[in-house]
Amino acid sequence: MNAALAVARREFRSFFISPIAYIVLGGFLLLSGWLYFSTLFLAGQASLRGFFSVAPVLFVVLVPAITMRAVAEERKSGTLELLLTFPMDDWQITLGKFLASLGMVSVALACTLPYAFTVASLTGPGPAFDWGPVFAGYFGLVLLASSFIGMGLWGSALSKNQIVGFIFGLVLCFAFYFVDKFAPLLPDSLGQVVEFLSVDYHFENIARGVIDTRDLVFYLSLTVLGLLMTARTIQATRL
Amino acid sequence: MPSSMIRIEGLTKHYGPTQAVKGLSFEVPRGQVVGFLGPNGAGKSTTMRILAGSLNPTGGKAFVGDVNVVEDPVGARKLIGYLPESNPLYDEMMVVDYLRFVADVRSVPKDLRAARIKSAVERCGLTGVVSKDINQLSRGYRQRVGLAAAILHEPDLLILDEPTAGLDPNQIVEIRNLIKDLGKEKTVILSTHILSEVQSTCSRVLIINEGRLVADDTPERLTAGADGSGEVFVVLGHRHGQPLDAATIRASLSAMAGVTAVEVAEGEGAGTLAFRIRHGAEDVRRTLFETVVKTDLVLLEVRRTQVSLEDTFRKLTDTRRAA
Repeated sequence: MNAALAVARREFRSFFISPIAYIVLGGFLLLSGWLYFSTLFLAGQASLRGFFSVAPVLFVVLVPAITMRAVAEERKSGTLELLLTFPMDDWQITLGKFLASLGMVSVALACTLPYAFTVASLTGPGPAFDWGPVFAGYFGLVLLASSFIGMGLWGSALSKNQIVGFIFGLVLCFAFYFVDKFAPLLPDSLGQVVEFLSVDYHFENIARGVIDTRDLVFYLSLTVLGLLMTARTIQATRL
Repeated sequence: MPSSMIRIEGLTKHYGPTQAVKGLSFEVPRGQVVGFLGPNGAGKSTTMRILAGSLNPTGGKAFVGDVNVVEDPVGARKLIGYLPESNPLYDEMMVVDYLRFVADVRSVPKDLRAARIKSAVERCGLTGVVSKDINQLSRGYRQRVGLAAAILHEPDLLILDEPTAGLDPNQIVEIRNLIKDLGKEKTVILSTHILSEVQSTCSRVLIINEGRLVADDTPERLTAGADGSGEVFVVLGHRHGQPLDAATIRASLSAMAGVTAVEVAEGEGAGTLAFRIRHGAEDVRRTLFETVVKTDLVLLEVRRTQVSLEDTFRKLTDTRRAA
């Protein structure tokens, strides 16, 4: 466990050395801020619903951009071989990478907290600002990001080329985001299946403030599946 | 029972259809410094990677101490310090941060961490550069960082894959001295192409070719020939500058005790003659001197020519010639 944490700490710090982290973070904040505030005043409602509706699709790009170098860079520079000779299992390497990426996503999310405070301060004198959906929304975003990180890390583990990792992660994340968008056109039974597979559908449930075990199990399974594939792919390096 | 540090039994490794290691077996006792020699692609790095734990063998067994590297990979890796070929490092990190990271991953106890890092830094001569970024360092210093990281957890076994590749002659001497120093208390296995390196640092040489062990001996015995026989190169001139007769001189040299063969070699110009005298276990230089002073000849040069490790190496690994 300590080894995984050491990997995570090193990885997390290395984000801030490369300019990519700042570009990705800046891009995310700019886009989410612009998309959110441009509709906020039109709707005239003091809530973060606008933010939570654009965040999942932004995560489709943000998360693979964060995870793309995680394993690919180590493979390219040869440091993966060092990691493989340290006394830890391959799942510990994977867990370390996951924690670092989750930390980075948390930083991005923390940077959006001022949105909530701004909107809370805009609330008129009558009813108080409702923090419940805000907490639920952020909780849901962390879960959604975890499942995306699993897929992004798998993409990163597949090749020594970061771009390949990014595109692979992007396609997977997008597939799980987009899968239910045609649900209304499909027969009911099939529609339910694709809805259950959609990360967006489960996120909407949570963001509404309903925390159901089915949604939690979905995100958890998807995350674990992604991490297992990542660990397997790293393990294949030993063959 | 004095257990061995490395035990390899019938090790094989396939990469798809290519066989990199074909049934390699050897044993290294504790405290030995072993040189691992072989041409490129002979299976040196593959064998070292299997020992270090970054590759799984296809077949056979490999033990580090008593630990089987396949059955308990994490346990085996705890006993090893490894410097991979080309020495990959996290370039963007400061030297001290990198060493801290390695100490944490290797679970060096927190209260010992600072002391271990300090002693590794001093030992590897890194004191002046601890707060520099690794990508600012010269190759020699990078190699020291790699070595410092490999000894942080005080492993019993050091596996060094081409530790002096790409260094300049001064850096090579420095790293070699460092390895010699480390070899006083640890078992070291190092691979190299540089044969003089083996002669200066190792007490035993393993030569592998095409995935098989072809020689296993001390560097001295591999160079001298097992029976102590050798060759003396001699250049002779006439005391008064008169011309020399090769055939007569050759005959008198051949008559000396202990000489097995005499060959005429290329001299140093007019008035000199050179000979190669092969002899058995006994040194013939003394007899040679006494033979020569009785005549009108003078000795211009006497030199023992050793079969170099290069020759042995080439003989053992040149499969094209053998085929």
